[in-house]
Amino acid sequence: MSEPLLKIEGVETYYGKIIALRGVDIYVNKGEIVTLIGANGAGKSTLMMTICGTPQARAGRIVFDGVDITRMPTHEIMRSSIAQSPEGRRIFARMTVMENLQMGAGIAPPEHFDDNLKRVYDLFPVLKERHAQRGGTLSGGEQQMLAIGRALMGEPKLLLLDEPSLGIAPILVRQIFEAIRELNVSQGLTVFLVEQNAFHALRLAHRGYVMVNGNITLTGSGEELLGNEEVRAAYLEGGA
Amino acid sequence: MEYFLQQLINGVALGSIYGLIAIGYTMVYGIIGMINFAHGDIFMVGTFVALIVFMGLMTIGLAWVPLALLIVLIVSMFVTAAYGWTVERLAYRPLRGSFRLAPLITAIGMSIVLQNYVQVTQGARNRPLQPVITGGFKFFEDSNFVVNLSNMQILIIVTTVVLMIAFSLLIAKTSLGRAQRACEQDRKMASLLGINVDRTISLTFVMGAALASVAGFMYLLYYGVIDFYIGFVVGIKAFTAAVLGGIGSLPGAMLGGLIIGLIETFWSAYFTIEYKDVAAFSMLALVLIFLPSGLLGRTEVEKV
Repeated sequence: MSEPLLKIEGVETYYGKIIALRGVDIYVNKGEIVTLIGANGAGKSTLMMTICGTPQARAGRIVFDGVDITRMPTHEIMRSSIAQSPEGRRIFARMTVMENLQMGAGIAPPEHFDDNLKRVYDLFPVLKERHAQRGGTLSGGEQQMLAIGRALMGEPKLLLLDEPSLGIAPILVRQIFEAIRELNVSQGLTVFLVEQNAFHALRLAHRGYVMVNGNITLTGSGEELLGNEEVRAAYLEGGA
Repeated sequence: MEYFLQQLINGVALGSIYGLIAIGYTMVYGIIGMINFAHGDIFMVGTFVALIVFMGLMTIGLAWVPLALLIVLIVSMFVTAAYGWTVERLAYRPLRGSFRLAPLITAIGMSIVLQNYVQVTQGARNRPLQPVITGGFKFFEDSNFVVNLSNMQILIIVTTVVLMIAFSLLIAKTSLGRAQRACEQDRKMASLLGINVDRTISLTFVMGAALASVAGFMYLLYYGVIDFYIGFVVGIKAFTAAVLGGIGSLPGAMLGGLIIGLIETFWSAYFTIEYKDVAAFSMLALVLIFLPSGLLGRTEVEKV
């Protein structure tokens, strides 16, 4: 087995004196969809942000594509071909949909812009319809598509998705998850997905991790975790 | 009527200068949320750089005025921009992430440093410059009044309009302008898209200082006398203009500059020149009472 695309070893992250991640080990292979599930406040988003160097890990190592990125500034990490669609979407509300997509294209070769744009429009046709509209005027689900589309414009080797289902209608959740699967199958895109919506995420993912209080407590294939008693009790019962 | 027209021309010329300086305040506020109180002094440094370069060119005998002025303008833009960059690098960047008041205090500190630096190196006395651009044409004439549009005023207004258009295009259409607007809205997200936020902030200071140096260049030619202290009052006026127009808004800065320039000029012309500053600042107070975010500023609405 070759080196994983992303390898996180013993990563500890603090907010001031408060510890948020207590030695996390995770790896993501090329071409995989890996999901991280856990309750509110477990540290999932912190891990996503730590991969991107904001905040930086205080201990441990993050290796991406053979390069140690633990101490690199955020913009250089992203330029090594990682894109994140962050929690809460963080659309540039006063810029148009098109401008938001252009912002995402900064880490891809400029000559690929038209191809990438077409790819994103094919995936989310509503963005094409609304390309001249300001980001802030989109609905929540459309903003989520824009956030993912913006990340895809960077043609990343690794796509980080933080809670893409948060606060949007179930039918859109399905549409977005379908789009992620499609990208993974047709283009071999590697995805690391953080979700509270454990049922959908585990069905989509090849492998999953469960995070509790800044620790990884369980790992396995998506199906294994779906069948696991603890996971069912904690994250799935009454849900989905 | 003729008198009014003449004052209108004077006011627009003065307002253009305020407007160009106000852009520096408004852009810096937009991107890092601080008032750069040293910006007026950057403008003052710009006037001195322009004067020194101009004197230098005269001594080496460059007599063709348009070429000399072009060289002065370009050199002083670069040198003043370097000052703007240095101030940000030394005094503001180390305080990024500190409490909000910290950069404000260092800004006042940098303002004092720049004033004293110029006072020590250039002396405390007024520095005059003989009128360089003279002449003009009679815009309108009747038996008892002549409305003049001087060549200097034409230069000021045309330069300002050209710069404003170029600058608006830069912000609206280029990737640098996009990066800047993105940093304004969400710095962290911008960095997550591979934008070097520190560099973008530095460039904002550089552009603001370059525009202030153009204003300084025109101020020097228009008034013909400068000293190390002019940055204070002109800076405060330009700041007022930025707030009046809606701080953070580029067209607002320009509009605010024009309004302040016009109020000052008309007040001096029709009432008393001693109270022109009172008039300008009263206007600010009135606007802030009835339109707290300025004329073209946006009211902050957070969509959750």
